Amino acid sequence: MEQDWKQSRGSFFTAFAPPAFWLTLFFLVPLAIIWAYSFGKNISMTEVAVTGTLSNYARIADPVYISIFVKSIVYAALTTFLCLIVGFPVALAITFAPDKAKAWLLLLIMLPFWTNLLVRTYALMAVLRTEGYVNTVLGWIGIGPLPLLHNNFAVVLGLVYVNLPFLVLPLYSALDRLDRSLLEASLDLGAGHIRTIREIVIPLALPGILSGLLITFIPALGSYLTPDLLGGPDSQMIASVIERNFKRANDWPFGSALSFILMYLTFFAIAAQTLVAARRRKAGGEA
Amino acid sequence: MAKTLISIQNITKRFGNFAAVDDVSLEIAEGEFFALLGPSGCGKTTLLRMLAGLEMPTEGQILIDGQDMSRVPPNKRPVNMVFQSYAVFPHMSVKANVGYGLRIDKVAKDEIEARVREALALVKLDGLEERKPDQLSGGQRQRVALARALVKRPRVLLLDEPLSALDAKLREAMRSELAQIQEKVGVTFVMVTHDQDEALAMATRCGVMHRGVLQQVAAPSDLYEYPNNRFVADFIGSVNLFEGTLTIDEPDHAMIESEELGGPIHLDHGVTGATGATVWAALRPEKIAMAHRDEGAAAPQETNVVPGVVRHLSYLGNETLYEVEIACGRRIKVTRSNVARYEERGFSGGEPVWLSWHPRAPAVLLS
Repeated sequence: MEQDWKQSRGSFFTAFAPPAFWLTLFFLVPLAIIWAYSFGKNISMTEVAVTGTLSNYARIADPVYISIFVKSIVYAALTTFLCLIVGFPVALAITFAPDKAKAWLLLLIMLPFWTNLLVRTYALMAVLRTEGYVNTVLGWIGIGPLPLLHNNFAVVLGLVYVNLPFLVLPLYSALDRLDRSLLEASLDLGAGHIRTIREIVIPLALPGILSGLLITFIPALGSYLTPDLLGGPDSQMIASVIERNFKRANDWPFGSALSFILMYLTFFAIAAQTLVAARRRKAGGEA
Repeated sequence: MAKTLISIQNITKRFGNFAAVDDVSLEIAEGEFFALLGPSGCGKTTLLRMLAGLEMPTEGQILIDGQDMSRVPPNKRPVNMVFQSYAVFPHMSVKANVGYGLRIDKVAKDEIEARVREALALVKLDGLEERKPDQLSGGQRQRVALARALVKRPRVLLLDEPLSALDAKLREAMRSELAQIQEKVGVTFVMVTHDQDEALAMATRCGVMHRGVLQQVAAPSDLYEYPNNRFVADFIGSVNLFEGTLTIDEPDHAMIESEELGGPIHLDHGVTGATGATVWAALRPEKIAMAHRDEGAAAPQETNVVPGVVRHLSYLGNETLYEVEIACGRRIKVTRSNVARYEERGFSGGEPVWLSWHPRAPAVLLS
């Protein structure tokens, strides 16, 4: 039973206050500071004056930064798309696996989450480098060595590897919720498996697919470690630029402005997904 | 008898060590309305799903129209199903739902249009073509499922508990309507149900299942009046079962000595059993007559009469159910139709009565 919080204000605030305090102090306040910095300029090595200037934002219009933003979006989108191609059959297989196997398969998907990202990235480097495992095996059949590391290919591969669970898990939960009898009915009415997936599974799981795409796209867009370690000189994504401005360039106002543009892009993606979902609900209700 | 359409031959389905369906053989003729009846978990739905191809038999085979269906997937069988949950596609309009199977079969557009219209008229859904399933009532959704299956003109229509989700009034109306639709389209119907009234009212023939085994296959009236065994007698309708020993077994009369009844049961027909064997007499509550008894009166000279006392009565509207306690303490169920609006000589709790029955009323069961 859902209870109106107003009926038990005391317990509501007891439960609500600590996380609210935590979020305010360690998330909203720093965020507000960064937001204010984005309208300021450096006046010394360690001091920023918030002057209300828009010059930081104006600098982003530079083609150099625009192109890095565009590249970040393209990489994140490509990663999300590849994750969908790889993840959909995986999620489908887990959904229809026997109950006993299901838990183990899900564990396999989640296992990388419990390993440090840095460790996983270095492991991937060992696999991909010129004297790595892939090239060794290719060498046996007389191919290569192929340049698999420190290029855009390695970045996208790494991003797909890192972000795959983000897509598989929501996809699995969307598919698992589907009423099996709908799929059986489709088979019974003469449709094959591919047709059933196209006509029944995908349309019905679409809200889950969309939210899965979104929660894969967002972290992929802000990736820092993966492009930094696996990429070459031309594979910078926006997070690396932000990092450089906060650290080496010591230009906090400009880094702040870049951060906020990245965040607005994320908001935009969320808003788009919400709109699509709302329109679908409305279409389903009226039609 | 019409020609055999479905031939189920020694079908067994095991889930691990558990045999959901255990060596069932059954023939269903063209045009029949066949009901698979049994309590939940008896294997009837598994058998139906094997007919649809949604479950593969562990052993045995199923022939439809003489063709072995063992390796035929569900989408290639001349069989369609109405699912218990109806399984109406929620993202498609009524029209799209009903036309789905025809679109898959690549039927021409205008023919789809015509057949969908015809099918919707058959189930009385004309005018609701553009509705989405969430704008339909449960009964309407079921009609969509029915139209969607029938529009494909299957050789066999399978119905999984078709009426279980409807409320009582609608269920009764739908019973006769389903039977009418079946007569009209002439398709063979195979229905699964746990509701004996439903099966008796609609089916031309019923198969009773229990623990994966087919207990008896018969017309509804034969199932009720001539049950094969105790399970069928007890599952179909209400019954008083008396265990006893067959003491006399002649061609024109027989006698069962029953300790549970505290006396003999006389029959005016022979029983094809061995004298001395343990048998059961199944006596339906409506086949027992009840008369007032004066306390201390001597037993009449007739056979099949026992004294008792009314212990409990339930007024059910159309009839009244009495529980009558006999000498040995056993309670016997007796029903009397409430013919008049008030029974002039009704029976009340604590009243002494005579119970009697015709020598042909009990069904004798050997197992």
